[in-house]
Amino acid sequence: MEFTKEEKQKVAHLRTRYPDARSLTLPLMWMIQKREGYVSNEAVDLITEELDIPKIWVDEVRSWYTMFSEEQEGKYVLEVCSNITCAIMGSQDIIDHICKTLKLKVGETTADGMFTLKTAECLGSCGTAPMMQVGDDYYEMLDEEKVNHILGDLGKGKKYEQQPQEWVEYK
Amino acid sequence: MKQYRTHCLVCTGTGCVSNHAFDIKTALESEIIKQGLKDEVTVIATGCNGFCERGPVMVVQPENIFYQELKEKDIPFLVEEHFLKGRPVEKMMYVPPKEEAVIPKMSDIEFFKHQLLVVLRNRGRIDPEKIDEYIGYDGYRALGKALTEMKPEQIIEEVKTAGLRGRGGAGFPTGIKWGFCEQAEEDTKYLICNADEGDPGAFMDRSILEADPHAVLEGMVIGAKAIGAQEGFIYVRDEYPLALRRINIAIEQATEYGLLGENILGSGFNFKLNVVRGGGAFVCGEETALIASIEGEVGRPKPRPPYPAQKGLWGKPTNNNNVETWANVPQIILRGGGWFASLGTKESKGTKVFSLVGKVNNTGLVEVPMGTTLRTIVFDIGGGVLKGKKFKAVQSGGPSGGCVPESLIDLPVDFEKLTEAGAIMGSGGLIVMDEDTCMVDVAKYFVEFLEEESCGKCNPCREGLKRLKEVLTLITQGKGEAKHLEMLDDIALLMKEASLCALGATAPNPVLTTLKYFREEYEEHIFQRRCRAKVCKDLIMYRIIAEKCTGCQRCVKACPTEAITGPRSQPHNLEESKCIKCGACYEVCKFDAIAGDAIYIE
Repeated sequence: MEFTKEEKQKVAHLRTRYPDARSLTLPLMWMIQKREGYVSNEAVDLITEELDIPKIWVDEVRSWYTMFSEEQEGKYVLEVCSNITCAIMGSQDIIDHICKTLKLKVGETTADGMFTLKTAECLGSCGTAPMMQVGDDYYEMLDEEKVNHILGDLGKGKKYEQQPQEWVEYK
Repeated sequence: MKQYRTHCLVCTGTGCVSNHAFDIKTALESEIIKQGLKDEVTVIATGCNGFCERGPVMVVQPENIFYQELKEKDIPFLVEEHFLKGRPVEKMMYVPPKEEAVIPKMSDIEFFKHQLLVVLRNRGRIDPEKIDEYIGYDGYRALGKALTEMKPEQIIEEVKTAGLRGRGGAGFPTGIKWGFCEQAEEDTKYLICNADEGDPGAFMDRSILEADPHAVLEGMVIGAKAIGAQEGFIYVRDEYPLALRRINIAIEQATEYGLLGENILGSGFNFKLNVVRGGGAFVCGEETALIASIEGEVGRPKPRPPYPAQKGLWGKPTNNNNVETWANVPQIILRGGGWFASLGTKESKGTKVFSLVGKVNNTGLVEVPMGTTLRTIVFDIGGGVLKGKKFKAVQSGGPSGGCVPESLIDLPVDFEKLTEAGAIMGSGGLIVMDEDTCMVDVAKYFVEFLEEESCGKCNPCREGLKRLKEVLTLITQGKGEAKHLEMLDDIALLMKEASLCALGATAPNPVLTTLKYFREEYEEHIFQRRCRAKVCKDLIMYRIIAEKCTGCQRCVKACPTEAITGPRSQPHNLEESKCIKCGACYEVCKFDAIAGDAIYIE
């Protein structure tokens, strides 16, 4: 595994930003996760080599932060908020419904590799609970019918109705 | 700048966007062109309006008409009626719960009427992605004043006069904190904006960054001048894509306008700002953990002292404030510390943004002067409890906070009063709970959350949370014993005294406040094996009341385990051994007007 030419430029830019190479661990890991969808062992090696820091520093960052995954996940990762506000507004029903519909358990990926179901801690969208996040999109005020629509549309490779916002890439 | 007779301010905060606000905006724009109004009516995408519950929402100015729950298909009608014929459309206006008459004007709606907007003053009125609109509402004037007319000590003095206290939770006086960092003798100093918002039920920082990112930037540059920092970092949690996008755009635009970077406004002052993306760890909101995370380490807190003001990021003096704190700064400099201090209570000045969520009619972000009562917030602004249920408690301050019971509903909300009640201000999440919420279950929820998010470094927090969870689980399973109440107290006390950082030290608060105010619920669980809110599945039982059952078979169809049987028009049977207590039958029966409460939980 290697960094692309474009990524190398970004790395060079990031080096000017921080006085210390170790600070680049998270940004580089983001870069790889964005490209590969997860952070493999080879990716850990690559970052270790690039930054010339002990491997354990990189390894522990990968396992400690919840946003980095060590395994390939589904094309769409459904993160259903299970925190208190969503819970009292019925998130468990949403989770059960997704499990039933997709025939999986929390933490699992469907056989066709389309969906991974996860629960998340508060995603800061409590005014419109229950909610879930898929990639960069929030889906709020969920009920079973809405979930069916979302899963149906995503399964066909399109976003639920239209979600026209396209986030600028993180700099 | 082009003049228009009508401005449509379409909310494009996260809540409305997920309900297709951008589709509404596009539809409006094309319809306005179609009906030949493009020189008279303009559409502006704004930050969060606050009334997320009714999204997508739009405010039409200058009439101040508030439209809610907009649908794409209704847009042509709306444009024709309102903008062409001058007849505002009642169908899309706000109707208060339990009433029938519409309230056309935003300023007349209870939700907005009691609010005082300082931090959120630009919400719903500017396009957060356009710096000119921010500047149009006095934006960056405070910065000009601070850089050209004020010395660093004067800025700090002004903030001290204002009595501004940290809005992230602890409420430490901001001016004093800046003073510590200013006095540190080092050439390199750093500034941090903590946007790693993670308190369950709180989303004001996300909304501020989405609705008015320049206010945060301006506050930070002023702060940098005050303490002598050359570089700053905004640590944003990764799950906030829209906030990340808007803050990046704001930095770009401010740099282009010479309001960030080298020689700001020709004053010779330099300040650079970077965005750091978090990794999804609640504990990184703790400042030493946050600093560790920027340095590329795992986010474990470190013992203080040394405080970040002496030795922070990369060992240099560092000042860290929360998003809302930074957003208050420009207004204080512009309007004076005295003005700010005139708002609020004796010890807590200014306003506070709360996110009002849970079982309440009007959810959303509200900003009120400190000292406003919980009753005003929950009942006047929030419109009371959902579905007319009985109010039980408000959870304030997230996992470090506590539950305030109904008996304290007239409590004026400020730092001191909430702490006295055993809760804390925290970052300002207010979760409303009704009679269907089990307080033991709530306590268990927070403990589970914290167990998940504890970094595991110190023993009291790591082990204490595990034990609290074990005991609470036993109680909710109907295996509680009298000694458990004492055990909860003991563990909680130990964690408070011995934990390394605030996460552990405040972690028992949800348990302690529920024990204090809702002890009878714990006792019912333990001694009577009863959960009055009917939440704890091991303590409830479903049965069918034969006299009331009309035999409609809806529950038979709804039951996933075939526990309910019986022919049509005859009372059904519920076989207890098959029942998994999912509540599906109860739900369908409740909505059936004829059958009433045929299915009963006891």
